[in-house]
Amino acid sequence: MTDAVLSLANLNKRFGALQATRDVSLDLRPNEIHALIGPNGAGKSTLIGQIAGGIKPDSGSIALTGRDITALSVAQRARLGLGRSFQVSSLAEPLSVKRNVMIAVQALQGHSFRFWKPVHRDESLLAPALEALERMQLLHRADTPVAELSHGERRQVEVACALALKPRALLLDEPMAGLGPEGTARLTELLEALKHEVPILLIEHDMDAVFRLADRISVLVAGSVIAHGDSAAIRANPQVREAYLGD
Amino acid sequence: MNKSDTSTLAPQPGLPTPAASWHDRKGLVQIGLLAVLLLAPLAAYFLGHIYYVNLASRITLIAMAAVGLNLAIGYGGMVSFGHAAYFGLGGYIAGISAYHAFDFTPVIGWPLTVPGSDSMLAIWLAAIVLCGLLALAIGAISLRTTGVYFIMITLAFAQMMYYFANSWPTYGGEDGLPIFLRNSLPLVDTNDALTFFLICFGGLVLSLALTARIMKSRFGAALTMARLNDTRLATAGIAPYPVRLVAFVISAMITGLAGALYADLNGFVSPTMLSWHMSGELMVIVILGGVGRLYGPLAGALLFVMMEMLLGGLTEYWQLFLGLVLLFVVLFAKHGVMGWLAGRERHD
Ligand SMILES: Nc1ncnc2c1ncn2[C@@H]1O[C@H](COP(=O)(O)OP(=O)(O)O)[C@@H](O)[C@H]1O
Ligand SMILES: [Mg+2]
Repeated sequence: MTDAVLSLANLNKRFGALQATRDVSLDLRPNEIHALIGPNGAGKSTLIGQIAGGIKPDSGSIALTGRDITALSVAQRARLGLGRSFQVSSLAEPLSVKRNVMIAVQALQGHSFRFWKPVHRDESLLAPALEALERMQLLHRADTPVAELSHGERRQVEVACALALKPRALLLDEPMAGLGPEGTARLTELLEALKHEVPILLIEHDMDAVFRLADRISVLVAGSVIAHGDSAAIRANPQVREAYLGD
Repeated sequence: MNKSDTSTLAPQPGLPTPAASWHDRKGLVQIGLLAVLLLAPLAAYFLGHIYYVNLASRITLIAMAAVGLNLAIGYGGMVSFGHAAYFGLGGYIAGISAYHAFDFTPVIGWPLTVPGSDSMLAIWLAAIVLCGLLALAIGAISLRTTGVYFIMITLAFAQMMYYFANSWPTYGGEDGLPIFLRNSLPLVDTNDALTFFLICFGGLVLSLALTARIMKSRFGAALTMARLNDTRLATAGIAPYPVRLVAFVISAMITGLAGALYADLNGFVSPTMLSWHMSGELMVIVILGGVGRLYGPLAGALLFVMMEMLLGGLTEYWQLFLGLVLLFVVLFAKHGVMGWLAGRERHD
């Protein structure tokens, strides 16, 4: 096939009577940002969930760098290089920001059954965690408990956690939500630079950011991909304008 | 998704803060608790009150068993209602081994001969290994469930052990099994109450130190994350299940070792040690002391045995008062005695 980093083939997922994913096939190639847009309830987060492994598809397959990962667990997929952020952030609230990121570094190093050496002041864990936070411009929050962060900041911590995994593909579920214009601009810049390190499947509602960042866009409506192409094509697509861009 | 919601009892304890120092309040409380536990029986011994030395041994061993349980409940978010299984198994290992050593008969005759032994070292090793294996089997199955199901399945396994011990006449059935001569250690006289207390005290201090050390390690970081948010742990690439299982096994080993010593303290082991009352008592002690607080089990055991002694002397219904105190802790002092004495746990 292609040299796609990530490819989904004919994914289907039903929640009772609701078809949340309907025969979805798409891929993510090196050096690109592939944006996934669509109205609320279209099934975007469900799709990310299936790629990351938390949700099992009813049928279809998912491959990461050519390897079929459909049957693997969340943790196994993460170890193979799938990093993600959640739409509703999922972090350990009472722990500091740096502790949340350090767990990712620890996972990357693959040594979690070590019982003796204390982790606080373990430079091999701390340094990469702080580096990831610095990229997200969150270094000043490293020692703050996650519970004290704003929603926008939590999203960014999640992206930092994903980056600390040195992923081969990044799945970001509405990372700009709750950031404010300044934060959105900063994150847009960051993602633009990042895509050459790791390709990104980006779910985003901020259309300015999407049109600026995305190399390709897929439009999801009621579980199906109804359109696919570059920014110009999507902007011009009458079906998309009607179903989603709202005019 | 998030399995940690089984531990709503737990006030979100986290990684223990770096080594308690002389300067902070928590450090003082910890040292104070240990000092009381050590000095009171010393004084009692030299004043000739052996009863109180043995009482201190009892508190120490119950605290140690609860330290084990706290690793599962407090640090791992696994609300086990079946830790009597390990406490009792440890006790029966001490009892059965002593029984065969006394009789000069083998514990197992086939396919390989396992002789009885009155050596505490051999018994402790056997208790740690066998309780670990039992917890591996029980944990492997139980940890597939969460919440109330986990509580019930751990209880069910412990009850199976209880009924099994009750109906096995070789080792006394429901009457239990006496240990005629306390098991022995090289160089010291374990029959001396103070010597035996110091052995128990050593066991407690070691299990506290081990728990503290483990919780500061990478494994502890993973276990904390498994409790607080297992989705985050899995998303990072660490499967929560094996982390929990290993913690469950270590927890059972500590509780089992305490059980072996407890049988030697009493010179007797019976199915009572395996009963759900015992599991419940350990759980109550963990909650009283402060779930997920390192010294919580010690504070809880002190309070529990004191109440049993003082109120138990006044009324048969002392457990009613225990219930009221427990209700108070759960409703108003969620961080237990340690939260009240030493302040809330901080995270770094
Ligand atoms: N676990 C679930 N059980 C039942 N329905 C669900 C579940 N998760 C999502 N859904 C439904 O699937 C549809 C798609 O949801 P989602 O993927 O979150 O959409 P989006 O992220 O595009 O807003 C919604 O109608 C939602 O209510
Ligand atoms: Mg969504």
